[in-house]
Amino acid sequence: MHRYLARRLLIMVPILFGITVMSYGIMALTPGDPVQMLISPGMSAEDMAIRRRDYGLDRPVYVRYTKWLGQLVRGNLGYSFSTGAPVTTRVGERLIPTLKLTGTALLMSYVLGIPVGVIAATKRYSASDYVATVLTFLGISLPTFFLGLVGIYLFALRVRWLPVGGTMTLGGEGGFLDGLHHLLLPASVLAVAGAGAVTRYVRSSMLDVLGQDFVRTARAKGLAEAIVVRHHALRNALIPVITLAGLQIPALLAGAVITEQIFEWPGMGRLTIEAINQRDYPVLMAITMITALLVAFGNLLADLAYAVVDPRIHYE
Amino acid sequence: MNDALSTAGTVTAGPRARHDSFWVLALRRFLRHRLAVSGLAVMLVIAALAVGARYIAPHSPTALDPTAFQAPPSGIHPLGTDSVGRDVLSRLIYAARVSLTVGLGAVSIYVLIGTAIGAAAGFYGGGVDLLLSRVMDVMLSFPPLIIILFAVSIFGRPSLSNVVIVLGLLGWPALARLVRGQVLSLRGLEFVLAARATGASDSRVVLRHVLPNALAPVLVAATFGVANAILIEAALSFLGLGVQPPTPSWGNMLTDAQGLTVLERMPWLWVPPGFMILISVLSINFVGDGLRDALDPSLRL
Repeated sequence: MHRYLARRLLIMVPILFGITVMSYGIMALTPGDPVQMLISPGMSAEDMAIRRRDYGLDRPVYVRYTKWLGQLVRGNLGYSFSTGAPVTTRVGERLIPTLKLTGTALLMSYVLGIPVGVIAATKRYSASDYVATVLTFLGISLPTFFLGLVGIYLFALRVRWLPVGGTMTLGGEGGFLDGLHHLLLPASVLAVAGAGAVTRYVRSSMLDVLGQDFVRTARAKGLAEAIVVRHHALRNALIPVITLAGLQIPALLAGAVITEQIFEWPGMGRLTIEAINQRDYPVLMAITMITALLVAFGNLLADLAYAVVDPRIHYE
Repeated sequence: MNDALSTAGTVTAGPRARHDSFWVLALRRFLRHRLAVSGLAVMLVIAALAVGARYIAPHSPTALDPTAFQAPPSGIHPLGTDSVGRDVLSRLIYAARVSLTVGLGAVSIYVLIGTAIGAAAGFYGGGVDLLLSRVMDVMLSFPPLIIILFAVSIFGRPSLSNVVIVLGLLGWPALARLVRGQVLSLRGLEFVLAARATGASDSRVVLRHVLPNALAPVLVAATFGVANAILIEAALSFLGLGVQPPTPSWGNMLTDAQGLTVLERMPWLWVPPGFMILISVLSINFVGDGLRDALDPSLRL
């Protein structure tokens, strides 16, 4: 286990390095340089050359990359083009709302997906399996932004149960319940696609386990079917589902961009759109990199959790 | 053909039945998948709309009707008009072109790149594989929409061709990983060894013997890929970073609905395009599911 952990962490090193190279590389390909965005139109070519030297932009790209990487390991991600604030501050204050939204959505997708997947598997080829399959595909195929609009239309404009957006009532005191009230709709919208994937995964994993010898033995002992399903099959079927949590992080973060935009949720997704509209490349690069890091670490954690939960797995 | 021969499962499989190829059997399995067949039918209708848009649409998709802004559905404009007086139904029909172009265009590009890179990694192994696999790992670490947004934003003015190129250039790693796995499992099989023993060149072995056997999973992945590309284009256009008006796209037709007035009072502006995205993506996903069942039942998730 320790050797496996060490090896997994070692593999992370080139991946993390690759993530920084690629983020920086795309940014370096940007047509036009940042100086052109900082200056007034009347500035002479000489002034611009001086500015460019000040910023180190006359140096070759690998020199700039090394310097940038040096700053990065010290926690300095540069400064926002549009506000001048450190990128770390700008992104940092947006990280928590996004984690709150995606975390809740992830939880909801499992709460929804596991029972539906189990029912679909235990009643294979029945009407409920068929309905579950269609619902699953509907969940995967629904565009987040359309679902979001429908959600706002139905629950915020028609019946007015839920707010149209934001994280708390304007002018209100906030508080836990108010926050939850605002979180419910965006998190549910984000959870739908994930729930589809979980259902599909649980169904196939469950079918796999139900066909195994120990399940037949349990049935042969005369145990009630409900006990066989819950105590024997489900516990084993859920193990591979852990890996899925890691795999879902990229989709959740991507979905958050849309969901946050529609629900005016002040997270990283909304910041992404703001940064694009303001051509704020340092912020954009930081977001790209941070989300990639979240994905890489999410996968690592999922793999490790898998090893901890399943005693049959021995990593060497 | 008499009945005995056409009945599945009979032992008396005649000479005709014995020669049924893999693809004929797959087609038969596909046709039994009801959802997939209906999905295919819906896709054919949407493709027909896209191709025949000029003859089917009642108006030009960009013509402005100065007498009708945000007009509700009527005899002249069956689905009403948008904020500048363009006919919603006509735009809906023409927008099918955008979705199909992005879906087929982007996926063709990345299937080519992904197959080439995946085949190289799987066939040569060693250092080549190590390098290419790490590149795939890194690219797969980026959440798809975020890296696409980053790329689109620095790629110059957003447009249909930019979306196709960006999706095509960024989409290959998942496919490459799939092809690599297939090639790895195929390259040690006897028929490949035999081909190499006869002195066939690497490219001939890969193109004639290995890749044709990896075609089925690639086809399935490509089908799901088309659905996904349509979703991403719609999302980009919705955010104003994809296809730009006046060119109609189902995604950019929904942009107006971000305003609560349009959302609450003018459902004809946003429900039809949203429904079109849903129905086309759903249909393609069903086709993909049917293909997966038909081509390799063991792949079924």
